Amino acid sequence: MGVDGTHEAKTTYREAMREALREALRSDDRVFLMGEDVGRYGGCFGVSLGLLEEFGPERVRDTPLSESAFVGAGIGAALAGMRPIVEIMTVNFSLLALDQILNNAATLLHMSGGQLPVPLVIRMTTGAGRQLAAQHSHSLEGWYAHIPGIRVLAPATLEDARHMLAPALADPDPVLIFEHGSLYNVSGELLPPDAPVDLDHAAIRRPGTDISLITYGGSLPKALAAADELAAEGISAEVIDLRTLRPLDDEAITASVTRTHRAMVIDEAWRTGSLAAEVSARIAEGSFYELDAPVERVCSAEVPMPYARRLEEAALPQTADIVAAAHRAVD
Amino acid sequence: MSAARSTRMRNDPAHPKSGTKTTTTKRSASTESRARQPSTGHRTDLLESMLRIRHFEERCVELYSAAKIRGFVHLYIGEEAVAVGVNEALTPEDAVVSTYREHGHALARGITADAVMAEMYGRTTGCSGGRGGSMHLFDASRRFYGGNAIVAGGLPLAAGLALADRMRGRTDVTCCFFGDGAFAEGEFHETANLAALWKLPLLLVCENNLYAMGTALERHQAQTDLAMRAASYGMVAWAVDGMDVEAVEQAAQRAVEGIRAGTGPHFLEMRTYRFRAHSMYDPDRYRDKAEIEQWKSRDPISLLTDRMRENGELGDREVARIEQRITAEIDQAVEAAEKAPEEPVEDLLHHVTSSSAEAVS
Ligand SMILES: Cc1ncc(C[n+]2csc(CCOP(=O)(O)OP(=O)(O)O)c2C)c(N)n1
Repeated sequence: MGVDGTHEAKTTYREAMREALREALRSDDRVFLMGEDVGRYGGCFGVSLGLLEEFGPERVRDTPLSESAFVGAGIGAALAGMRPIVEIMTVNFSLLALDQILNNAATLLHMSGGQLPVPLVIRMTTGAGRQLAAQHSHSLEGWYAHIPGIRVLAPATLEDARHMLAPALADPDPVLIFEHGSLYNVSGELLPPDAPVDLDHAAIRRPGTDISLITYGGSLPKALAAADELAAEGISAEVIDLRTLRPLDDEAITASVTRTHRAMVIDEAWRTGSLAAEVSARIAEGSFYELDAPVERVCSAEVPMPYARRLEEAALPQTADIVAAAHRAVD
Repeated sequence: MSAARSTRMRNDPAHPKSGTKTTTTKRSASTESRARQPSTGHRTDLLESMLRIRHFEERCVELYSAAKIRGFVHLYIGEEAVAVGVNEALTPEDAVVSTYREHGHALARGITADAVMAEMYGRTTGCSGGRGGSMHLFDASRRFYGGNAIVAGGLPLAAGLALADRMRGRTDVTCCFFGDGAFAEGEFHETANLAALWKLPLLLVCENNLYAMGTALERHQAQTDLAMRAASYGMVAWAVDGMDVEAVEQAAQRAVEGIRAGTGPHFLEMRTYRFRAHSMYDPDRYRDKAEIEQWKSRDPISLLTDRMRENGELGDREVARIEQRITAEIDQAVEAAEKAPEEPVEDLLHHVTSSSAEAVS
């Protein structure tokens, strides 16, 4: 509490995530958290602050700067009956562990003919918006969503930050959780979940009838803000939060497009070969005759993320871009 | 162990004969060997185990030429003493992580010739249900975790198995096999650092056969004394005559005892040689015929056979009996594999996630 100086009654996304970790560590002694600076430092984004004191250095385990070794160690530990939660500082650094994630975590079950499930959770931050420049700001979760054998989650709300971890740990297969860096300080009242959080379904964050804004993670607040603006103009936008990037909830996408007959995908990744491309293709394949307008995409500019604030803002999908794209589709 | 000596070994395969003792780069004072007393029965077991691997793979060559088995097939012929000797030091509860050159490790671990051969054929009765093939042998019940075809990719995973065993209060050791080529990969160094830092119960077995595909050790390593480099991470490290199964066994016993006593990871550099090409695709143009012949003069199977004959522990009749038994075993494995069912294509998407298939029992 209070790391952000937030009001007592409110919870931040960071605190919600921490509470999820605390609950996981408390409720199952096979669970341990491992990563760079998760212990004494408290996590480079402060997520695990205090957990070392509570659970000790065996279970809140600082690792050397060895992404490949400690992600691989998480895989091995999962094979041997533990339930590791591995934290990687950012998705950019996860590329040093991509071999372990793709060649081991995602494939061992298959290569072994079903003998070796890997019950591992890997958490990492993603996304831009804090002027951290090109090596700390990219959104590569779509690349991971390309890989069969893993599940990819993008909690965008306090409730998902708080409640997605437990089912992720219960999943017998590897689960990657992407936490957008700009969400950690988002605060609000943490509502009790009305139903157990499942990892298979997208959520309608705002119902609407004129256009479907399909998004996830750090772009959700922008899509909701755009929907507010559009509502003021009399355009009713439905906001779909994908929540799970792999496997995609095709039914939810189809159902929404069938209601609104217009679709837009908002994704902070680059447009070329992005998750937005995948979602658009699926709409074209499955809901073509429902469409009254071409699918719109709002993505990041095709440039390594610049440092300069004005340029970074220009590179990222912004609320105004979403509103403009909605006009193209609706008008 | 000096760099000069490593280089000399390449040209002088007879060199390790100078003693059956292992060379110590750094010795753990507390590990007095309680190695099994050498006995005729035990030596016969070692011989049989090596012969099983040899004959299995010789049959693989025939089957490959006959296009019965496909893919990348990496033979272990010449290196059998390493798998057999190391396995002697392990219990069934210990874990083993291996590479794509793992037929020998799998068979020494007790995976049947039937299960391995069926895997080569891609049949459902294979130890990986036909999904892995030669490079991806697995057997969860024997804690045999691959079969990893990414050079050095098994090392971090092995560290994790060791970590979990320790966190769960078990005394098991994880043994990870890898080649000299892995020494050039970051994953080796990350894992060595992590394992030594955390004192993990990990046995690192480097099979130094002097080549990474066609690249000789001195062309891929700035410093060719591998045991010395491993020792620099603060772990016990030895260089061992990898052609002498008894020397391998003794070194592995000592290392495993040290690991179980809590002294952290141990490293064994097994000085060995593959008699065949890197894989079935490789025309083997980068090695001297003379060098190969020299190493063949220290064939681990002949070495043990000769020793036993000299001791009067082994006669022609006994050798013939073992050979016959193994030939029958492999004949039967081939026959069973030929008849084994292929997985229906409707099952293609099984084993992608746990919910997408029932696991092979
Ligand atoms: C990361 C990686 N790079 C390259 C390869 C291709 N490759 C397969 S085996 C091999 C040589 C490895 O040599 P070594 O580790 O000494 O093992 P050996 O084959 O001698 O047993 C190479 C380069 C690979 N499988 N993985």
